[in-house]
Amino acid sequence: MTMNFRSNTYDAGAARDRCRKYRKRILEVSQQVQALHIGGAFSCTEIVDTIYHGLMRRHGTNPGSPDTFLMSKGHGCMIQYVILEDLGVLTRHDLDLYCKPGGVLGCHPDYGVPGIEASTGSLGHGLSMALGMAYADKTQGKDGNVYCVLSDGEVQEGSTWEATMMASSFGVSNLIAFMDNNDFQSLGRTHETHPSFYPVIDKYVAFGWEAVECDGHDPGAIHDAVANREGGKPLMVVCKTTKGKGVSYMENVPMWHYRAPNKEELEQAIREIDGAAA
Amino acid sequence: MRNTFSETLYECAKADPMIYIVVADISPAGSMANFQHEYPDRFLNVGVAEQSMIGIAAGLALKGCRPFAYTIATFSLYRPFEMVRDDLCYQNLPVTVVGMGAGVIYSTLGGTHHTMEDIAVAGAIPNMQIIAPCDPLETIEATRHCALQSKGPVYLRIGKAGEPHLTENAVDPWEFGKIRYIRRGDDVCILTYGVLTKMAAEVADSLEAQGKSVSLVSCHTVKPLDRKGIEAALASHKHVIVIEENVPQGGLAAQTKQIAWDTQATCRLDTFTLRDEFIHNYGSYDDLLDAHGISQAKILAAVA
Repeated sequence: MTMNFRSNTYDAGAARDRCRKYRKRILEVSQQVQALHIGGAFSCTEIVDTIYHGLMRRHGTNPGSPDTFLMSKGHGCMIQYVILEDLGVLTRHDLDLYCKPGGVLGCHPDYGVPGIEASTGSLGHGLSMALGMAYADKTQGKDGNVYCVLSDGEVQEGSTWEATMMASSFGVSNLIAFMDNNDFQSLGRTHETHPSFYPVIDKYVAFGWEAVECDGHDPGAIHDAVANREGGKPLMVVCKTTKGKGVSYMENVPMWHYRAPNKEELEQAIREIDGAAA
Repeated sequence: MRNTFSETLYECAKADPMIYIVVADISPAGSMANFQHEYPDRFLNVGVAEQSMIGIAAGLALKGCRPFAYTIATFSLYRPFEMVRDDLCYQNLPVTVVGMGAGVIYSTLGGTHHTMEDIAVAGAIPNMQIIAPCDPLETIEATRHCALQSKGPVYLRIGKAGEPHLTENAVDPWEFGKIRYIRRGDDVCILTYGVLTKMAAEVADSLEAQGKSVSLVSCHTVKPLDRKGIEAALASHKHVIVIEENVPQGGLAAQTKQIAWDTQATCRLDTFTLRDEFIHNYGSYDDLLDAHGISQAKILAAVA
């Protein structure tokens, strides 16, 4: 198929450097205000980084793109904010006012904020909207890809399956979805609470999607999963991830779904993230 | 109304490539076949999947399209309520949610197919606009308005089939956001909207036969309601009657009472609405309305 993503010579090393920077920036914001979802943002850091830096096309320094990104797991938006800041779409001032009066950034993305293409937060809305966007691009003759990141928990929403079921019938090969499969939801590990959820990849194949699995913390693998796709169908990349990835005491610990570290915890977190560069 | 909606939307779609219709396994008859045949890309049948119908319509609108989401009222508004609220109203997108066969028109299908509180439910959501045309002619006006407007979401509440023309000789033209005098009198003013306007017109005829001078008003734009127009109607008639196919809360009757209180109106005010009770009866549309006290005879007896 024709290459309509950003690059096929993706620098995974540079991606790892960026992801370290983004995780530290999120931790920095966590010291301003206690309200943020760190665990879910760290779990999809590499996924969202790869979408913005490896897949979505941009023109020069212009942040405008023919492609669209929609964060269906709205609670993971902290990683989107710090990337948009890095791209110059949001400002440092915007992040300084995160969750504060007078600011525009909250715990879930809000349509109308620069770089935010849809309001999400309630789970199970994003894939249908992404499908509508992809269909609009396709039928309006625009060469746009729509990238959508879902949590594995929200895949349990019936509305997500409605969209899953019909996407292939609508021929939206420009719809590219990623599942942040950290196997965690509020009341436990998904493989324990809902064992029949797995194997999830088969369910997408059954509904006419192309579906692949990859290490969701390996930027090169995420990029290649899209770059090497067969095409002609909507694509689901099931990204195996770790909630709270990058900080040992956060990894797979539910408390870090929505909690900010104290000063000592912060220092340790930064040491560990920096240490991963060594 | 269904056929008229369908013909009008087809005409609008010919002129505007951004018009889409997303249906959930229920399609308006008539010209929709032409729409589907000529613009297959812009006719989406999502199957029996109403939540996704609304989400897809939102996605289309986020890309600059002006979609209509169409199915039976209870499935277009209640089933995907949170999608209507978050995807359409919160994001303030120009999507028209068509509620077909609203109220108790599906009189033999039972309570699961009734929308007795759709006006209250839709009207409670910020940004939502509500239009309920009273006849095929108003349906043309309303559909054109929805196709052209880019302000935000609209709940377009229409009937089914066979509604008569009531506004051919209306005193006022149709204008979004304004109440419309179909006929204008001095003594009694009947405020109504939607399919029930036919019965309201019959009540007006009977009152006129009793020698009264009667205004008949189509309050087609239920939200935003023309408060000034209602205020003027309350001030210029001795007796105002609201006839409405909605529960007592959150509709035209409740709002008219509120306006009457706010403006210290001195007229007599009678309201006839569905009750705050589900209907477990079957029969004709008129039979179901009658079960909740809405019939020409009962209204005439009550307003005497």
